[in-house]
Amino acid sequence: MYVKQLSVFLENREGRLEEALKILKDNEINIISLSLADTSDFGLLRLIVSDPDKAKQVLKEGHFSSQVGDIIAIRISHAVGSLSQVLGSVTEADINIEYMYTLSVGIEGASLALKTSDLEKTIEVIREQSVHIYTQAELG
Amino acid sequence: MIWNEAKECMARADIEALQSARLKKLVDRVYHNVEYYRKKMQAVGLEPMDIQGIQDIEKLPFTTNEDLNQAYPLGLLAVPRSEIIRIHATSGTTGKPKIGAYTRRDVDIWAEGVARCMTMAGVTREDTVLVSYGYGLFTGGLGAHYGAEKIGAMVIPVSTGNTQKLITMLIDFQATVIACTPSYLLHIAETLEKENKVDQINLKCCICGAEPWTDEMRSQIEQRLHIKAYDIYGLTEMMGPGVANDCEAHAGLHIWEDHFLPEIVDPATGAHVAPGETGELVITTLTKEGLPLIRYRTRDLTSLAYDTCSCGRTMARIQRFKGRTDDMLIIKGVNVFPTQVEAALLTIDGTTPHYLMVVDRVDNQDTLEVQIEVEERFFSDEIRGLETLAGKVRAVLKTAIGLNARVKLVEPDTLEHSQGKTKHVIDKRKLYA
Repeated sequence: MYVKQLSVFLENREGRLEEALKILKDNEINIISLSLADTSDFGLLRLIVSDPDKAKQVLKEGHFSSQVGDIIAIRISHAVGSLSQVLGSVTEADINIEYMYTLSVGIEGASLALKTSDLEKTIEVIREQSVHIYTQAELG
Repeated sequence: MIWNEAKECMARADIEALQSARLKKLVDRVYHNVEYYRKKMQAVGLEPMDIQGIQDIEKLPFTTNEDLNQAYPLGLLAVPRSEIIRIHATSGTTGKPKIGAYTRRDVDIWAEGVARCMTMAGVTREDTVLVSYGYGLFTGGLGAHYGAEKIGAMVIPVSTGNTQKLITMLIDFQATVIACTPSYLLHIAETLEKENKVDQINLKCCICGAEPWTDEMRSQIEQRLHIKAYDIYGLTEMMGPGVANDCEAHAGLHIWEDHFLPEIVDPATGAHVAPGETGELVITTLTKEGLPLIRYRTRDLTSLAYDTCSCGRTMARIQRFKGRTDDMLIIKGVNVFPTQVEAALLTIDGTTPHYLMVVDRVDNQDTLEVQIEVEERFFSDEIRGLETLAGKVRAVLKTAIGLNARVKLVEPDTLEHSQGKTKHVIDKRKLYA
């Protein structure tokens, strides 16, 4: 039920993001969704891509540090309070949300990527909500 | 002004006669009292009688950093332990701290050395001397303190760490002399300027040392504070500050040759260089009782001038330092070796990451940035994880070298790696230009 996310370490230097994206393009890896978190010194690029393991390999050859890890991708309805309800149930179960970002997939509803302190438990909790949990195949 | 004219202005022939007599006695003393030195001399077939004067100095084996490490802490003690009244130590940057162990007479001679240096800068018993070197194991604070007291000046032992307090004392007591590191003095100058208080101080001179400084720093200090700046030189293993100082001619640092015998050797061969040539400064302590050093390799590169100075002193002058024979850096007055940084980084997860130390001087304060490549094993997909890594690096560096380094995480393979010697240090300060 998890989706593979590729995270890439980027220094805050001109052209680094472009360079990483170029490597993916040159290797015909499709970017399904992207998010960039940054601090004053460095950034973390978080991607859902068509072939995460290959992406990690080619990025390594291009001297980028990256990692493939699991996240949960969900779709919720476009209704007031639907996000709050989902997150409320997660918090109530004493699960920490490490980070979260929106996914640019789907037309109906809103899609989100979610990384928590306990992914397994999170799945259990949100299954009880009216939430769609994406599989890797659905996104790929 | 000259503190001890009889000694400081001795004729060259008299200096040499005194040095020869003292060297002979010293060699005899260490041969009989220090097993370590005796073994080193025996290893090269040397007896005390082989040393009849300074002309024989080259027969004696050198004493190096490694010797000090092996003999740590008191293996080179030349008097019974009960004769020692004080210990000082360096921060221990190369594994073992370097030790100063002083008899009562050693402390007196140290104070005499500092008194000569301060008098050279114009300090008299009428002066108020604010000492802002650290007091404690570091020799700076107590060294300057005893020297200024010997002159009879009023000493304010402010020590380090509280610039506001220092400025209050500086103004309230109208201190006329300040002793501290040159970079700290520039920081004080900046603070005074910001607070519009430069007019309220009454300083006439500063005695700065414990780190290399440039002519540009000197002229900045002199212009911004309207004072005269003097450079004091010393090493903990010799005694501390007060081994040498520059006079108003600023033509080099007069070294107290009646207590210290300087030589300049080729760092590779150990042979004396031609007079006036640059090489490694080697010093023998002629009068030290506690921990005498025979031909100690300072690793500082310089040359010596023996002509009589326009100030009237005959004591040889150490010329501008040209660098080090090792890779030691002096950052904020702290001796740092890249190998220490490497050893500290090793403790993070058992293998050394690729790293680069960038040393700079920003607003006259030394800065140390350590860049670490984020290899896969350090990777975290959370910002917090990466910041924890940076924090861990900062903490191990603080423990190992006592400095707060800025830690910058960089992408893998961005630092220069080569098959041979990887460059681990960039020093942008140009101290030896």
